[in-house]
Amino acid sequence: MSRFTRRGLLKTGAAAGVLAATGVPAAAMAKRGGTLRLGIAGANTSDSWDGRTHSDSYMIMLGHGTVFDCLTEVNAAGELVGELAESWEASPDAITWTFNLRKGVTFHNGKPFGADDVIESLQMHTAEGAKSAAKPIVASITEMKKLGEHQVQFTLAAGNADFPYLLSDYHILMFPAGQIEEAIAKGIGTGMYKVESFDPGVRAVVSRVDGHYKDGKAGWFDSIEQIAINDSSARMNALMTGQVDAVNRVDFKTEALLKANPGVEIFEVTGNQHFTFPMLTNTDPYSNVNVRKALKYGINRQEMVDKILLGHGAIGNDHPIGPANQFYHSELEQLEYDPDKASFYLKEAGMDSINVDLSAANAAFPGAVDAAQLYQASASAAGININVTQEPDDGYWSNVWLKKPWCACYWSGRATEDWMFSTAYESGVPWNDSHWENARFQELLITGRAELDTDKRREIYHEMQALMSAEGGTIVPMYANYVDAHSTKLANSGTIGNLWQMDGSRISERWWFA
Amino acid sequence: MTLIVVSLVIFIAVNALPGDFAQAVLGQGATDEAVAAIRKDLGLDQPYFYRYFTWLGGMLTGDLGVSFAQMNFASNMGGTQLKGVLEQIAPRFMNTMFLAGVTAAIAVPFAVILGVLAALYRNSVFDRATNITTLTSISSPEFFLAYILILFLAVLNPVFPSLSNIFEGMGFGERLEKTMLPALTLTLVVTAHMMRMTRAAIINLLASPYIEMARLKGISPMRVIVVHALPNALAPIINVIALNLAYLITGVVVVEVVFVYPGIGQLFVDSVKIRDIPVVQACCLIFAAAYILLNLTADVLSILSNPRLRHPK
Repeated sequence: MSRFTRRGLLKTGAAAGVLAATGVPAAAMAKRGGTLRLGIAGANTSDSWDGRTHSDSYMIMLGHGTVFDCLTEVNAAGELVGELAESWEASPDAITWTFNLRKGVTFHNGKPFGADDVIESLQMHTAEGAKSAAKPIVASITEMKKLGEHQVQFTLAAGNADFPYLLSDYHILMFPAGQIEEAIAKGIGTGMYKVESFDPGVRAVVSRVDGHYKDGKAGWFDSIEQIAINDSSARMNALMTGQVDAVNRVDFKTEALLKANPGVEIFEVTGNQHFTFPMLTNTDPYSNVNVRKALKYGINRQEMVDKILLGHGAIGNDHPIGPANQFYHSELEQLEYDPDKASFYLKEAGMDSINVDLSAANAAFPGAVDAAQLYQASASAAGININVTQEPDDGYWSNVWLKKPWCACYWSGRATEDWMFSTAYESGVPWNDSHWENARFQELLITGRAELDTDKRREIYHEMQALMSAEGGTIVPMYANYVDAHSTKLANSGTIGNLWQMDGSRISERWWFA
Repeated sequence: MTLIVVSLVIFIAVNALPGDFAQAVLGQGATDEAVAAIRKDLGLDQPYFYRYFTWLGGMLTGDLGVSFAQMNFASNMGGTQLKGVLEQIAPRFMNTMFLAGVTAAIAVPFAVILGVLAALYRNSVFDRATNITTLTSISSPEFFLAYILILFLAVLNPVFPSLSNIFEGMGFGERLEKTMLPALTLTLVVTAHMMRMTRAAIINLLASPYIEMARLKGISPMRVIVVHALPNALAPIINVIALNLAYLITGVVVVEVVFVYPGIGQLFVDSVKIRDIPVVQACCLIFAAAYILLNLTADVLSILSNPRLRHPK
């Protein structure tokens, strides 16, 4: 299991080439050949090559991990490296960013890649009527200027030190300018593999591009067949009977059986994916910080990891920053289950006991209702009476989340601290599911965003995590691991990315047949 | 006429599902504005009766509409090339027909022969064993049978692949091999009904005077059953075969999911999950039409097989 990683490249990506070079020793063992067959969950008949609509693992893997490229890439070690961008530089206020693009790159249809493609591909996300999850990222760019065939300058509305990280987002794929519609229909990208056939929700076949710029560093398979297998037993069976070489989302309940098979290996990483119980802190009794603290000490996090995740996870500390983040505060004091402390804080709030409602449905996360019941049991020792309300799965996100004062929720996490905080914890944003207002926290959020100095940023983000952990309105009981499995015929560099499942969803590029 | 009543039932049932496409697709991102925007794009904000009659009108002119997923995608692209529901369903439907065909080719002769043999050796050990086995298999849930077959024929003895991911351009032999396990599962499910009916129909006739006559003439029991009893028992047998064929088209949902077979059943499940109403409605309608058509065929065939009905006085 890979522990958290440190990523320190910020102001300049000039070192990207050096980092890529350090990847070579592991890759030297790699060899070309073979057809990789993947059995992947998360496929839909509505899937398309439009990066704006990608939301589940099947298309995330095929899109940014196989057929298309982004400007930047988070490598297996968690460092930011250039993908279609070679290097980048920021002005001291982190407002103006200049990107130097890789030269000699062509799309699968032969069109050379350049600055126009970048600008048009980004504009897709803010086009009239477009529903893109990456819209906020692109909307923060006030101006895009083509400085040369292979140089683009972005001006942001406000300084953002994480800007290059944001461009590694799997929605922001590079399409050929002027041919975007055709590229979306056929899947024409600059990636290591070109599309041979694609049947949405069923199957995709891709083959390696000759003379690709990643040659020697990635893309070892001759071709890849990615089969959509949403049913979890069918997926496990396919791996056990050798009809696929790797599968994602291993069912925890059958994991022991898979392990017993000598031809199968499980690979598991703790990433940023976490489960939460957000409370609306502008509603009584959650507006009282002592009540929130009592609730924080009333939950047995280890028990949740053991019983809900069956051990496939790590305990949370009431902030949303995970081990795959750059400035994850691993030394922060861990909140422990302590009924005495919980009842102490309850008394501080002027109460002997309290009755609260917790709304949960398994739509929030698998096992959410069971988790709420475990919480109920552990909190009762401190005089906290949790009444678990089981909500219907359908419409959960519209009718319960953000509406009921206390409920269950999940977040897949974000690649950067600022992104995560400003998605769900900045005051006034639509997804702020705890309505938590803390002046110092908001101030740090704004300062941290434009700060380019790594050490100062670390300090800022560590303080924010500590603030949230102590006083915030969200209980984060656990991080859920990404658990995938592969046949022993496959080999990898030994470092497995933890940003997404399946080695940062780039198994097709990074692995090879042993 | 029946289809129109069916269409009304389908429409009511599908729209009674909790949640809708907008909520299902947006998931956690379902803010009130986003949900309203998608609903407006798809016409989900229109009153029910208006939507029903638009759909019915389209259906009567052979236009089953465009799937929500496609429409949502198109609105992202500025609205161009839309694939109709029919176009989306057609290849999947062909796959399901292929599976049904393979199953029928195995199951129908198998069941009829078993039924005849069971009637011939009625109350023997063979008869009882056949009855027990087929009744057990029909009483078990399909996914359970599927897993049993996977265990014995794919995991322990790798004879057939457990994954039936057939695709266009696959050779017939390979396609047949991949289809074998789901076909066998369905065979186990449908055999009992057909076999029991064959057996019962024949035994029923064996008490008739003309059979007694035949037997008195000294004809062998096998010949009595095949030549004398079977033709007269055909009507109920054909009926039950048609019923089971309809089941092969409509009831394959679970089996297709377990074996990852890209048929209409899997499409149906995917579409229900995201509440893609046009696709769900179209699938339901196809299922209903298959039932009605096969029942009609059964009626026609049983009339043809019965001289009394063929030549009414």
